[in-house]
Amino acid sequence: MHLAALIALAVALIVGGCSSGSQDQTVVRFWAMGREGEVVAQLVPEFERTHRGIHVKIQQLPWSAAHEKLLTAFAGNATPDVGQLGNTWIPEFVALHALAPLDAQVTASPAIDRHDYFAGIWDTNVVDGGLYGIPWYVDTRILFYRRDLLAQAGFSVPPRSWFELQQMLAAIKARAGADRYSILLPINEFEPLLVLALQQDEPLLRDGGRWGNFESAGFRRALRFYVEMFRHGWAPPLTDASVSNVWNEFSRGYFCFYISGPWNIGEFKHRLPAEQQDSWMTAPLPGPDGPGASIAGGSSLVVFDTSHVKGAAWQWIEYLSNPDVQRHFHELTGDLPPRRTAWSEGKLMQDAYSQAFRDQLERVKPAPKVPEWERIADAMRLVAEQTVFGALSVDEAASELDARTNQILEKRRWMLDRKGGL
Amino acid sequence: MRSEPAAWWFVGPALLVIGIFFLLPVLTALALSLSDFDIYALADWRNLRLVGLRNYAELLASALFWRALGNTLYFVVLGVPLSIAVSLGTALLLHSRVARFKPFFRTALFAPVVTTLVASAVVWRYLFNTRYGWLNYALGGIGISPIDWLGDPHWAMPAIIVFAVWKNFGYNMIILLAGLQAIPTDLYEAARIDGASIWRQLRHVTLPMLSPILLMVGIMTVAGYFQLFAEPYVMTQGGPLQSTVSVLYLMYEEGFKWWNLGTASAVAFVLFLVIFGVTTVQLRWMRTGSSV
Repeated sequence: MHLAALIALAVALIVGGCSSGSQDQTVVRFWAMGREGEVVAQLVPEFERTHRGIHVKIQQLPWSAAHEKLLTAFAGNATPDVGQLGNTWIPEFVALHALAPLDAQVTASPAIDRHDYFAGIWDTNVVDGGLYGIPWYVDTRILFYRRDLLAQAGFSVPPRSWFELQQMLAAIKARAGADRYSILLPINEFEPLLVLALQQDEPLLRDGGRWGNFESAGFRRALRFYVEMFRHGWAPPLTDASVSNVWNEFSRGYFCFYISGPWNIGEFKHRLPAEQQDSWMTAPLPGPDGPGASIAGGSSLVVFDTSHVKGAAWQWIEYLSNPDVQRHFHELTGDLPPRRTAWSEGKLMQDAYSQAFRDQLERVKPAPKVPEWERIADAMRLVAEQTVFGALSVDEAASELDARTNQILEKRRWMLDRKGGL
Repeated sequence: MRSEPAAWWFVGPALLVIGIFFLLPVLTALALSLSDFDIYALADWRNLRLVGLRNYAELLASALFWRALGNTLYFVVLGVPLSIAVSLGTALLLHSRVARFKPFFRTALFAPVVTTLVASAVVWRYLFNTRYGWLNYALGGIGISPIDWLGDPHWAMPAIIVFAVWKNFGYNMIILLAGLQAIPTDLYEAARIDGASIWRQLRHVTLPMLSPILLMVGIMTVAGYFQLFAEPYVMTQGGPLQSTVSVLYLMYEEGFKWWNLGTASAVAFVLFLVIFGVTTVQLRWMRTGSSV
């Protein structure tokens, strides 16, 4: 009898506990990843003060497990109301029909002006003509370089074109000797090759993402340029695991150029010794002829289709998209805001290292928007690695990559042909 | 015959648990391996195609699978004898009458087994570092030029083997040590009276007496080493040039990185057949060995 009473009491408490909270308040469940997930909690009190009746509940996911967790949540019908998604994941979750379209909200919203966003970043959220996410922060790749080493090699400004870059790499290598290099391109990262490939006119996939397009003249030019940097000995064929501490090596002059992202501004400021702070700088990526494109990365805010509180969810997204809030968020995390207005004043405007990013963001392009992209990018990295080690020629690598990509896209072709659209 | 219903009641709970937590998942995985289950199928069951044995056919035709199988065999063929030799060597040293501070050394040598793999992998990555690692520093002392352990496709697997042997030898060492302690001392006494050297005592007394335990240790180690995963996962992520991709690592990538659960299940069954085949051969070898 006692046991039964206790169980009844416990059930009543649990059921009551669940329902009582949601009667007077709308709860928005928000999943965010890594550092952003930690810091965004500081923005909640102000939001809840200005938006009476809405309570934001944050759950933090580690980046390494986020993708798997989101897919599992989808399979178990337990997705949150709002989520942070890496923008290359959006096509995949659109294919799952997991995301709510946001076109109507943006059209009606006075707070979000799509033309204020960097075009390439906004574009990553558009899949088959529909909008499924609002950019939260941006991530792209640019050049980090050692000013002093570049000056010693006889150059006062960073490269603007591939030709200038090659000249500088050769000159730096000539001074550096056998055990130092001009540029670090870790061969376990696909991004350096991807940015070179995105700088070409030809798309990486053709026919609506049905087939690979790596045998195009553009991709082969990019791959040849990439591989030559290793063949000439300008770049060491290393993974970043073998360069155990990138910042130390940069400080020691093991390499002069490094293609990396915004998080390294903070890391270099923090980890390089004070007397070296004047000797490093950032520059936009050089392109085949003149300033080139880079990758449109970063995270977006999405509303999940199963959410019952889409109105409140949208208000939370609008709040996080406010330029003042984005500036504040940048101060907390170092993440770069996706809106031009957010860049127009404050600390970002004064930070010399960030200016190259501001410039580069006007020239960013999304990676191909198919759910299979990460797998294709991985194949690209592996084939490029084989080419760097000389197992494949550039042309062989291009056709091998097309063959692998076409196999990966087989299911997508079947689905597109069956339904005439996803 | 009368006692049968009662027996079923006793066996029932265990059978139920085995059925739900072992048999059912295995059968589901078998069914999955005959389909092309992926994220599209997760979105909508109508996107699921039954493909029969195509996953298996594609797997057997894929260069990466054979590469992974080759890497795994390389790891097993080199790693298992080395691992057992080190275990046996240290067990003999610990068992020897001249050894001092036995409890200390026993604990110290067993410690790698219970340390966290990820933490020790970080330390080993520093030891293997091309320019600052102690390993290359020591090799430099005897005039060998630095080796890019984790970056060179030829050296990455040997480096993984060294790490795995260091991590695992303590476990077998304890089992072999128990085996050594069970050998009656009068056998050694008799051998000494016959004038047998230490070496001949080892060959003709220790090893024959230890052979059942050695075979058991061998089978367990082979089955364990075929399931190589964590070491390359934390040390090299399968690189460089896929020289450390093992069969299980391939399965992980297919299943949890790319969500091709159909292909991943097929890999799992192929690996099961391989391990099953090898251990059967080992068992048969043991049986013929013991009957001679």
